[in-house]
Amino acid sequence: MLNLLMEKPMLQNATHDVEIKTEKMKISVNGLNAYYGSLQVIKNINLEIMANRATAIIGPSGCGKSTFIRCLNRMHEVIPKAKSDGEVLLDGENIYGGDIDLINLRRRVGMVFQRPNPFPAFTIFDNVASGLKLTGTRDRAFLEDAVERSLVKAALWDEVKDKLNHSGASLSGGQQQRLCIARALAVNPEIILFDEPCSALDPISTGKIEELIHEIKKIYTIVIVTHNMQQAARVSDYTAYFYIGELVEFGETKKIFTNPSKKETEDYITGRFG
Amino acid sequence: MRRFKEFLIEKIILLNGFACILFVILIFFFLAKDGLTLFKTVSPWHFLFGTLWNPLAEPPQVGILPLFLGSLIVTLGATVISVPLGMACAIFIGEIAPRWIRELLKAGVELLAAIPSIVIGFIGMTMLGPIVKNLFHLPTGLTALTGSLALAFMAIPTIVSIMEDAISSVPRSYKEGSLALGATHWQTIHRVIIPAASSGIVAAVMLGIGRVIGETMAVMMLTGNASVLPKTILEPVRTMTATIAAEMGETVRGSEHYFALFALGLVLFVITFFINLAADAALHQKQK
Repeated sequence: MLNLLMEKPMLQNATHDVEIKTEKMKISVNGLNAYYGSLQVIKNINLEIMANRATAIIGPSGCGKSTFIRCLNRMHEVIPKAKSDGEVLLDGENIYGGDIDLINLRRRVGMVFQRPNPFPAFTIFDNVASGLKLTGTRDRAFLEDAVERSLVKAALWDEVKDKLNHSGASLSGGQQQRLCIARALAVNPEIILFDEPCSALDPISTGKIEELIHEIKKIYTIVIVTHNMQQAARVSDYTAYFYIGELVEFGETKKIFTNPSKKETEDYITGRFG
Repeated sequence: MRRFKEFLIEKIILLNGFACILFVILIFFFLAKDGLTLFKTVSPWHFLFGTLWNPLAEPPQVGILPLFLGSLIVTLGATVISVPLGMACAIFIGEIAPRWIRELLKAGVELLAAIPSIVIGFIGMTMLGPIVKNLFHLPTGLTALTGSLALAFMAIPTIVSIMEDAISSVPRSYKEGSLALGATHWQTIHRVIIPAASSGIVAAVMLGIGRVIGETMAVMMLTGNASVLPKTILEPVRTMTATIAAEMGETVRGSEHYFALFALGLVLFVITFFINLAADAALHQKQK
């Protein structure tokens, strides 16, 4: 245990440099629209997401929060009849451009879903290693190292290190969600999208995941969809308020929650609406 | 009064449940009684491993090895043909095809399942037989391969519809989890969806085999019915089911031949029983 605690910061230092102090833009969304068939669910969104910061997307159900983040790794188009247009620049490159490699994009932009979805036929180890194995990594020592590092980062290592060959489905809901986070971390993404990651979890598991998000944003850029405003206030640096597919207000979380500039935002945050 | 009614209904349902089990047990005992009578005059060794089936000879020869191997070769052939085809078809319907093609194919597969086996035997005899004969330059087109092809055709609807159900019921979240990790569609299918659906896939294969091994009419029409030890799949064979069907009508009740056919039925019963047991075990293993 002590050994692990001492090891943790060292491992993190190995994968990233010093924490970035100044704001640096990671993603720039320009004029994004998204549709399901003929129904437009995202309307002309312009938004900038900063590197190594957590950006929360809040808003009432059905306002297009999830659809929006699914556009950031092009998972939106996986759903039949779903389409989108506009521009999403990742480090200046349009991910909707013609020559983008979808596989590579989804490795750079990882995703954690609303319901924990570990692969049921896989062991805990294989779940975490699955992303690496898909690219053809077969080196056992490398995989073991990557699995341990990811599980440590996802704060799950201590709970599962003695049962790595058990089924991923044998874990509790909260553990499964952290397993999914470890799985996303293992491929070394730059950005992680969280789609209401705690909505199926109990308060203790939720606390653990929020803590974890706090920890990993030093290394990764985080975008988190949540309908829990306290959660947004706790974990994020920036907050965007969506309403029926439109971006109503976007700014620093502190400002949005204490002194919003729009009346609609204030109404939603104070609970008068939503 | 209400409680009495409740009591009565409960007991009637219980009785029905037991009746079903009782019938199965009775069938088994009936089969076993007549089947095992054979072993008063013929040793089990000669019955199971005898290479000559000629129950009308004097003394009767009732070695079922050629029949057993006949069933085995036809079933194996049909399995080897139908499982990959059925699996590919199920994956295509469940994962790849656009919606309108999916609906069309599903309806088609169900229609295929509705074709009576006699019709398949008939088509096989008039169309498949000559093709096999000409393709391999054989003296006759009625061979184990012809039977295998027709049986594969009959097993495919079962395999496809059960497998497709299993594949479609894999939650979309698994598929999305895999795609979001940067897996391709094919990697997602064979690394995530197929393992997640594996118990249903095993069940589909087992039920397909079960259908094939018990099938009688089409194999009787197509395999040539020669009760000789098969050396290749391109020779006429005779299966256990076809033997019973062909000979039961002309045997003398209580003769050695009669009991031999019952013993043959018993062997079939045991084989089917173990196939189902294996399917069950596979299903439960996955659930753990």
